[in-house]
Amino acid sequence: MSRPASHTFPGTIPPRAGVGLKPQHYHEILETRPEVGFFEVHAENYMGAGGPPHRYLEAIRAEYPLSLHGVGLSIGADRPLDSDHLDRLAALVTRYQPELFSEHLAWSSHDAGFFNDLLPVPYTNETLNRICDHIDQVQSVLGRQMLLENPSTYLAFTESTWEEVDFIAEIARRSGCGLLLDVNNVHVSAANQNWFPRDYIARYPLAQVRELHLAGFAPERDEAGQPLLIDSHDRPVDHDVWDLYAYTLSLTGPLPTLIEWDADVPAWSTLLAEAQRADAVMDATCNEGVEHAVAL
Amino acid sequence: MPSLFERQADFGAALLDPARAVPEGLVGPDGRPSARRFAVYRNNVVLSLIDALAEAYPVVQRLVGEDFFGATARVFVTENPPDSPVMLRYGAGFADFLDGFPPLENLPYIGDVARVERAYLASYHAPEATALTVEAMMATAPETLLEMGMVLHPSCRIVTSDYPVGTIWQENSAAGQPAPIDLAVGGETVLIARPEARVDLRLLPEAPAQFLLSLGAGHSLTRAAETALRTTPDQDISSLLSGVISLGLIVGLQPVACESAATRD
Repeated sequence: MSRPASHTFPGTIPPRAGVGLKPQHYHEILETRPEVGFFEVHAENYMGAGGPPHRYLEAIRAEYPLSLHGVGLSIGADRPLDSDHLDRLAALVTRYQPELFSEHLAWSSHDAGFFNDLLPVPYTNETLNRICDHIDQVQSVLGRQMLLENPSTYLAFTESTWEEVDFIAEIARRSGCGLLLDVNNVHVSAANQNWFPRDYIARYPLAQVRELHLAGFAPERDEAGQPLLIDSHDRPVDHDVWDLYAYTLSLTGPLPTLIEWDADVPAWSTLLAEAQRADAVMDATCNEGVEHAVAL
Repeated sequence: MPSLFERQADFGAALLDPARAVPEGLVGPDGRPSARRFAVYRNNVVLSLIDALAEAYPVVQRLVGEDFFGATARVFVTENPPDSPVMLRYGAGFADFLDGFPPLENLPYIGDVARVERAYLASYHAPEATALTVEAMMATAPETLLEMGMVLHPSCRIVTSDYPVGTIWQENSAAGQPAPIDLAVGGETVLIARPEARVDLRLLPEAPAQFLLSLGAGHSLTRAAETALRTTPDQDISSLLSGVISLGLIVGLQPVACESAATRD
């Protein structure tokens, strides 16, 4: 497997909290120029030819570091990547020069069409080979490293032969991709799969992690009464996830951290407060870590 | 062990068809099959597609109510899942679907309202273009200009309906005040355009409507003017043209392919 030809970045995303950019907040962000580390956008929302989305994104990108987050490439599908879609992503990367580009360990397109959801993959050698080939192709077309995000899952496949964390580590090793560690997804999947979330984090290939995600989930139960957490992105980050975030940072040091809130989007001030809380956790955890190291 | 292809074909087919059995080999942490867990994916897919339609067709939703819209959209999305990951294009056939949806027979205008919303969305995402100024247009000799075609702004859309769709749209958009719908006022033609940052929707009287439709079809200024005059003989064509220019709707001039007086209809 080849490594990406180049790793040229327009700049770097600071190890601070950023926020998922929503159209409801375009105006207020440009008016108030809030102190956040970066903004992240879903690439597919900017695949129109022109109009307000591009006008606002250009204005906001001029002031802030930008992370481009794809939600529709279907990297985990059994078929070749949609080359038109890859070209659209490449055009956005060229136009906006984002500091980071990320996609998901998931699939979303098949014969029936595009499902508009991040569907789980079985962790088998066949899937592993597919995904590594696809990531090679993405990195070669975009001419840069991509980050792969760990999924939130609600069930397991009986045919899986890899544990998720080993599967992801092997993808990163083979393809040279970076990783986006979604801490809420770890919490959700761990509850749904009966894993220990801190074990998962501790075993994760943390040296490859370039960004963290935080979001809210909806707690439900399955028919056997077992916890079934839904990755809903429609509420504040849960306190257990804040704890897991602090634990993660204690192992990685400070990292760009995104607050995701995609449904029932609240007022900008609420998102800003979540970002400030992430910054506070990062300061407390990482400075404490430094003092601790000095004390040793 | 199923291949990845078999696994995803089976999984995908079951997502959109609630009558289909949950695929085998999908289990919870106790190793037992769990329909409830698979249902999360079914719900996510269907609800996210319904939400996408609701975002694209807010006026239709307001007219039929949230519950009715959800039930209608559910039928549409399971029969017409997106064929592209670019969701901002999703829902192209929704207006035709509404026209043929028996429970909506008593709202004959609903399909055309959806057409207005579709046009609004297309206008919103259309390419940018710079409008021609009067001065730029004057640089062309009048006799030449009359035989030229006008390139309309790429965000221009015109929806013609037998129903008062512009009024219905305005009264039921987010900023509107819903009022009883009076179909007796007759049909309307609506212009939707985004010459600058904002999409504007305005009702077009007959002469401007025919004028813009003719220009949009690639006809010359002369032919477009004749078409307008046929509907409204006392229409002042120069004020019509300057109005269209001042709205920023013309972005260029183009030659017209072989248009003799004999072929003018």
